[in-house]
Amino acid sequence: MIRAHSKSVDDTRALAGELAMFAKPGDVILLSGDLGAGKTAFAQGFGRALGIDEPITSPTFTLMRQYDDARVPLLHVDVYRLDRMQEVVELGLPEMLDAGMVALVEWGDVVAPVLPADFLHVDLDFGDGDDERAVRLRSVGASWSARMNAIGRALERWTV
Amino acid sequence: MVTDERAEPTVVLGIETSCDETAAAVVANGAAVMSSVVSSQVDLHARFGGVVPEIASRAHVELLTPVVAEALVEAGIDGDGVDAVAATIGPGLVGSLLVGISAAKALSLVWGVPFVGVNHLEAHLYASFLEEPDLEPPLVVLLVSGGHTLLIAMEGHARYRLLGTTVDDAAGEAFDKVARFLGLGYPGGPAVDRVAMEGDPAAVDFPRAMLDDGFDFSFSGLKTAVINHVRKHPGLATADVAASFQRAVVDVLVHKARRAVRETGARGLCLAGGVAANSLLRERALDAAMEDGIRCYLPSRSMCTDNAAMVAAAGYWRLRSDGPSSLALGAAPNLRLALG
Repeated sequence: MIRAHSKSVDDTRALAGELAMFAKPGDVILLSGDLGAGKTAFAQGFGRALGIDEPITSPTFTLMRQYDDARVPLLHVDVYRLDRMQEVVELGLPEMLDAGMVALVEWGDVVAPVLPADFLHVDLDFGDGDDERAVRLRSVGASWSARMNAIGRALERWTV
Repeated sequence: MVTDERAEPTVVLGIETSCDETAAAVVANGAAVMSSVVSSQVDLHARFGGVVPEIASRAHVELLTPVVAEALVEAGIDGDGVDAVAATIGPGLVGSLLVGISAAKALSLVWGVPFVGVNHLEAHLYASFLEEPDLEPPLVVLLVSGGHTLLIAMEGHARYRLLGTTVDDAAGEAFDKVARFLGLGYPGGPAVDRVAMEGDPAAVDFPRAMLDDGFDFSFSGLKTAVINHVRKHPGLATADVAASFQRAVVDVLVHKARRAVRETGARGLCLAGGVAANSLLRERALDAAMEDGIRCYLPSRSMCTDNAAMVAAAGYWRLRSDGPSSLALGAAPNLRLALG
């Protein structure tokens, strides 16, 4: 587990951008945290670092947005509106994760049971100041666990 | 408006299933609404707090046949009286879109008339044309809904320029999320609107992001500001928070729309999309238009939300400009507004 501290929304974007350097096709990152904790900001920093130029907007309404013009194509998913696990299966999410993209799944902790057991869980929590956030990164499965030491070094300026 | 040179009007059946609503409508010459039937699924979704794709597509399948039949009966025609069938092809949920597209293609084959695929966003632009037949571009359209916040310069039929869009959350999404956070229920827009009437819009000075910074919008920070403020002041009246939040959203929308009209030299401002049903937005847009000496077009509330009359109207104009769509045309969940 890596514990980090973000001072602001921009800082969260920068941290996510640093993490994006480790992204490979097929990766899954689950984002959790309350409304306003900065999940979309995280996705924006992450996507920008992958080389996506267009605005990365909230996928809450459309459930998913795909960005192909990037170093690794990004699938940005938001399962906020889904209340039953079966709906995630019907949405075809498990299949889409196989398509050579890196997937960022907002509110993803809820759907972890129907996803492959190899992902990075990023949790964002409110800090003391309005803009401060506690960020926790936890790897599940071999692929991310093997990268955690290097990620910890890359995120050194944020780790606590 | 261009008049059809043929003596007989062109009658288009429109079908809309991109999200919550199963809808069908019959419109003549892209302007005269002969019928418009909307079978709202909001009750079904209220229990889940949002749009649930599987339930949506299943409900569309069940509702579409009776809704189309009702639209034809109300219009007083049968299949022989339909000259083209238009359906929304995107953006939206793929399962839901396919229900309407498949039905439209089947009807076009059976009746031997053209099929036209319609962009849902373009359809919203046509909502005002249905109620204001004399409406003439150039116009600025503020299209605000749960999934979209767009400021568009409409220079002519099928000729648009995108001036600005949201860089994070859509305006309607901010309403939905704040409503959920405040425990006001779904859909969030009408809930906030209603509660805000009892509140003081000056109670909290929430941020107006990017107010004088181009034509793009940002509502994510406002949502977070509301959450932070309520966490710190749990005793605050919900109505005051709702009213202050709504005022902040509307201030930004109206301010930018007004500047867009001024800078593009448009003749008028049109509101479109579900958020255009918001009382404060309507009131402030009208006031601003009056002050600036421009026309302001507010579609009726039923035309703001998803409906099929606007799909039929957009289909009529697309048929005129581009001809029929291929039957191989599929759903386009990520479709954007075609600019040109």
